[in-house]
Amino acid sequence: MSVMAERPPSPQSSDDISDFTNTERAIINRLQLGLPLTETPYRDVAEDLGIDEQDLLDHLQAMLADGTLTRFGPMFHAGEMGGGLTLAAMRIPEADFERVTEQVNSFEEVAHNYRREHELNMWFVLATETPGGIAETIERIETLTGYPVYNMPKEQEFHVHLHFEV
Amino acid sequence: MSTSTLKSELLSDQDRELIMATQAGLPLVSDPWTELGSQLGMPASEVLERFQKMQASGVIRRVAAVPNHYKLGYRFNGMTVWDVADDAIAELGERVGELPFVSHCYRRPRHLPYWSYNLFAMVHGTSGDEVEDKAGRIADVLGDACSGHTILYSSAILKKTGLRLRKQKDNG
Repeated sequence: MSVMAERPPSPQSSDDISDFTNTERAIINRLQLGLPLTETPYRDVAEDLGIDEQDLLDHLQAMLADGTLTRFGPMFHAGEMGGGLTLAAMRIPEADFERVTEQVNSFEEVAHNYRREHELNMWFVLATETPGGIAETIERIETLTGYPVYNMPKEQEFHVHLHFEV
Repeated sequence: MSTSTLKSELLSDQDRELIMATQAGLPLVSDPWTELGSQLGMPASEVLERFQKMQASGVIRRVAAVPNHYKLGYRFNGMTVWDVADDAIAELGERVGELPFVSHCYRRPRHLPYWSYNLFAMVHGTSGDEVEDKAGRIADVLGDACSGHTILYSSAILKKTGLRLRKQKDNG
């Protein structure tokens, strides 16, 4: 099991934001907002930013390779695809945490899974092909792990715009 | 087909193929539509049109870069959760969502006695103090309608694969 620590030991980490060049910053800020769906999308963005198209593509490639970007591509709205989507939480005793993590992560329906510091200490997103798949997957997780799963589907979504300025 | 009627109404087989072909990423070449079209046996103009339609209908939010926010210095990720009066949450949730530093904002069910919070607002910051300050601004918006809150910090990413569309099964 690979677990990435989220909080680095010191603020002077090697991947400090000051390491980004102005071009990288501009690309990160601009491309979070979305690629225009035009015939020449990369060229149009590159022109906006005042750089060469090949430069933009090379930077994207490099930032994906070094993990600055986790993805570049379409962001799907799973709910709009007709599938099921929910947030779920579990209360797992420390002694069982590692075993249950492996079991929960083994489900391909589990898209993200975070440890959080609370009595409910495991939080994951479930995405299933059909809306009915959520209840069925939760039942399978409960059977496999032996612990209850608290289902917290969204009842209402309030509009936001995710943007990390660098 | 194993998928629901709902889904087949929303997504054509060609749309599904495009999603399958790009969920790991859009080709990083000058003309990504032609590249995808040649993979799927579809004219480039149709690829682009299908993307435009999926974006207009909301199947695709946008085609965008997803940063690793830890690498960008946003290392503190606080899931702020609030116990908000049921008759006020619809209006107040909108106002919390409008705060520029909130990345996700949802109403979700309570699970008493373990969980009394019905409003979730994800806040990212470059320090714990920054997250706390931002939570304070949410508290200001909610005022007396809120009877309790807490901030859940994530201490480890246990899994992060993103939302994937899986291959359709052939069995009925």
